[in-house]
Amino acid sequence: MPPTSGTSGGPGGERTLRGRAAIVGVADAASPTGELELSGRALEAAMVREALDDAGLTLADVDGVCYAGMATGIAEYLGIHPRFIDGTMVGGSSYELHVEHAAAAIAAGLCDVVVSVYAATPRSDRKRGKPGGFGPQPGPNPMMEWELPYGLRLPMGAYALAASRHMAMYGTTSEQLAQIAVSTRQWATLNPRARYQDPITIDDVLASPMQSSPLHLLDCCLVTDGAGAFVMTSADRARDLAKPPVVVLGAATCGDHQMISQMPDLATTAGAVSGPAAFAMAGVTPGDVDLLMGYDSFTITALLHLEDLGFCAKGEGGAFVEDGRLGPGGAFPMNTNGGGLSYTHPGMYGMFLIAEAVRQLRGEAGARQLDGPEIAVAHGSGGVLSTMGTLVLGTEATL
Amino acid sequence: LSNPTSDPTIKLVEPPSSPLTEPFWDATRDRRLLLQWCRACEQAIFYPRESCPQCLSDDLEWREAAGTGTVYAVSVQHRAGPGRDEADGPYAVALVDLPEGVRLMTNVVGGAPDEVAVGQPVRVHWHPLADGRHLPFFERT
Repeated sequence: MPPTSGTSGGPGGERTLRGRAAIVGVADAASPTGELELSGRALEAAMVREALDDAGLTLADVDGVCYAGMATGIAEYLGIHPRFIDGTMVGGSSYELHVEHAAAAIAAGLCDVVVSVYAATPRSDRKRGKPGGFGPQPGPNPMMEWELPYGLRLPMGAYALAASRHMAMYGTTSEQLAQIAVSTRQWATLNPRARYQDPITIDDVLASPMQSSPLHLLDCCLVTDGAGAFVMTSADRARDLAKPPVVVLGAATCGDHQMISQMPDLATTAGAVSGPAAFAMAGVTPGDVDLLMGYDSFTITALLHLEDLGFCAKGEGGAFVEDGRLGPGGAFPMNTNGGGLSYTHPGMYGMFLIAEAVRQLRGEAGARQLDGPEIAVAHGSGGVLSTMGTLVLGTEATL
Repeated sequence: LSNPTSDPTIKLVEPPSSPLTEPFWDATRDRRLLLQWCRACEQAIFYPRESCPQCLSDDLEWREAAGTGTVYAVSVQHRAGPGRDEADGPYAVALVDLPEGVRLMTNVVGGAPDEVAVGQPVRVHWHPLADGRHLPFFERT
């Protein structure tokens, strides 16, 4: 697709990242039991090996590392001496930001091959009696002082507050939110690795126990083990590798709070900024998108993405999803792997958005393969609707 | 009409305080709700900070708030959240907009938690803490 006019990017308005870098290898691990054999560094190493094999590259090619934490630990473990290190840690959307940052580093010539990896095994950890959880760091901090005393369950309660606001503002219903879980589960029936593969109905969602109103149990993502990795390099080098490259057409980030009580508008996320910016860089519109991989930590999360990225107007997300268009055979496929709601969710799910988008664009998605998709959006949400990372990914034909 | 969260014996995590926020918590001993204001740009600030998040001025002062507000968003916790006891039952966590222009998290008590709704007017309700301070809850008016 030819660029139209310079509406985004760096000085002078050029699209500084469009088509400069590609995702050339992916891996992800999940199991219907929700548990994996490996954990920790061993699992991370397995993912890196698998993603490099997928790319036709070796560890010796890697000179850049992204890790949502201390990147030096995994680099040392794998024996990588990185020329580029990105330790961006913003929760679940960290991996969308890693793609953006790696694309920029590759485009600037800082490095040639970047790997990002993630592994978490909260389900197995809990069985082994290891502590886990999502919440404030100990010691005096704003969250301990101004939120924790009120007993909001996190992260789910924060998303419940957003759902409450969206319902009050726009008349969105629990049935409409439930439809997102139903459509996503339909996709999961086609994924043999999905944690849950039996179809569900709207009534099933509404009959599942209320957690933090208005969210029911089946409005909430899973807690499973899971892991994944991706490999990126320059678009030029990507052409000579094992698999068809998936090029980064657009990438953008926006965050607007850390604590939910500081979110400016609970019915509109920072995706309303990152989405249009990523589309502008890519030179595409929402109407050009064949697949949305939209972070579905909760049903409301996915609904907010649909509106904020411009797939429907603000406030119309409920009506947009009602006809089941997100599911198999529908007009607008979303989360074809079964999503965080039904496939897997180890805590920071953004890695799986990227893996599925790449597989769909390559035509490797098996029973759930879409018909020749060319443009996919992977949109991550980190924290409590805090940090949004939007990636517009395309086949080589879109360059 | 009773509501478990208005009971002084409910279990909760008591907030820490710091030198910065001591004036706020001291005022709660007298059931007074203070807000930090920036004297440079005349904006109320919440949560309290060392400098104004609008203009970075450190010319800040504490002023008493009206103690009223409007429910911006609400979620009833049907399972006990951090520090809470399942036996105390469901409770409403809300974000409340104050007329001074700030929003804070709170519990809305008095009446059934499921009846708390976006847009309802509320006023501050002081929940006693073990050390003599009070935690600002709100109740419907």
